[in-house]
Amino acid sequence: MIRVAWLVARKDLRIEARSRVLLWQVVPFGAMALLLAGLALGPAHAGNSSAGPGLFYLVMLFVTLLMINRSQVIEATPGTRASIATLGLDPSGVFLGKALALCLELWVTGLVLLAGTVLVLHTALHGAFLALPSVAVTLAALACAGTLYGALTAGGEGAATLLPVLCLPAFAPLLIAGERSFSAALGHGGLWEWWVIVLVALVAYGGVGILLYGVLEES
Amino acid sequence: MIKQLSQRLLGPVTLVLLALTIWLGRWVTPPDRVQGNLVRLLYVHPAVAWVALYVSFGTATIASALFLWRRTRSWALDRIAHCAMEVCVVFIILTLITGSIWGRPTWGVWWAWDARLTSTAILGVLALGYLALRRANDDPTVRATRSAVFVILSAINVPIIHFSVQWWKTLHQGATVFTSNRTLLVHGSMAWTLLISFVGFTLLFFWLLRARYRLEVQREQVQRSALDEALTARQREGAL
Repeated sequence: MIRVAWLVARKDLRIEARSRVLLWQVVPFGAMALLLAGLALGPAHAGNSSAGPGLFYLVMLFVTLLMINRSQVIEATPGTRASIATLGLDPSGVFLGKALALCLELWVTGLVLLAGTVLVLHTALHGAFLALPSVAVTLAALACAGTLYGALTAGGEGAATLLPVLCLPAFAPLLIAGERSFSAALGHGGLWEWWVIVLVALVAYGGVGILLYGVLEES
Repeated sequence: MIKQLSQRLLGPVTLVLLALTIWLGRWVTPPDRVQGNLVRLLYVHPAVAWVALYVSFGTATIASALFLWRRTRSWALDRIAHCAMEVCVVFIILTLITGSIWGRPTWGVWWAWDARLTSTAILGVLALGYLALRRANDDPTVRATRSAVFVILSAINVPIIHFSVQWWKTLHQGATVFTSNRTLLVHGSMAWTLLISFVGFTLLFFWLLRARYRLEVQREQVQRSALDEALTARQREGAL
């Protein structure tokens, strides 16, 4: 399973590295969305560091949606799914590989946007640094959940519009927990209860994905 | 014989229990010491929420899990999950409406950014998403499988809703009927009315589920016969 996961992750990351979609499309979109969020708040509120965590995660959610779509488009090229089925790859490994690739892409984008949050929204650098572990775990949970939801909508009628409808409500608890743990790192409130929610979500989505991804691939 | 009798009695018994709930809740039970007459809405709201979150969503989750398990896979289970989710949407909307009506005079607002309210609304959107997902796939196997996985994924939200009043400081009150050590907090006619209301709304769910299930079977039959007719007409055209 681990070997298959590694193979699939490398394949996805190599495609991403060659196509440069992450670099030229996703990251600029995230940066623009962060700027627009600051503009929407207005100069009086955008400079208030307490708005930073919420806006960071909101933008990350939009970026995640784009990247889930992207991750599924890679598989949608004619023959890809049939090839995977013919090769007899362990579906759990395929799920883990796709989730790992998505997670790494989200981490890269998250780092850029975190820097943007510090620069544009005046979030304390020390706090942003302390928030890194919680951001990493939250984005990993988003990647696991996103891989599953991406597979659920893949190939369906209006998949691109259906994905946000299914994903956003499911992501909401992660958004809240991520935002609160980020805020806690900035010195507002307790940290551990939110960490627990994010970790439980990561384990739950990871576990369900390992168990059920094969069923989705078969269908 | 027993099955037929229970099916025939389900509707009338449900109606009797709901009528009894209205009668007891409106005219027999006393006003609450703190809430006054507003307490009468609580003979409806918790029972509706119980059906929405646990009975209907639970039915859909169990049916979906059994559908995904190869040994028990059957189209009837997919139909049950689908119909239960449709009824679930109705009950979630009713839960939010009745809660909102109660919240306005109690909290001073129709909606509060409270963990219980927000997580219930999220479950409502997820239930609507389920219906959207079913419409997005024409292939029955793909539709049934994906929908079943989606229900199981969405079920993660149910314990969050249940424990939200314990995990976070919420405006929504915690356990009201029983304390944490199982001591009953509601007594007399109020307790009986609440019990009848819970049973009545649970039976209403099963009544609606049964009706919707039968409708779904009939719809599938009509679709099949329409397809057969179209094929026959095509064959006739080819023969001419």
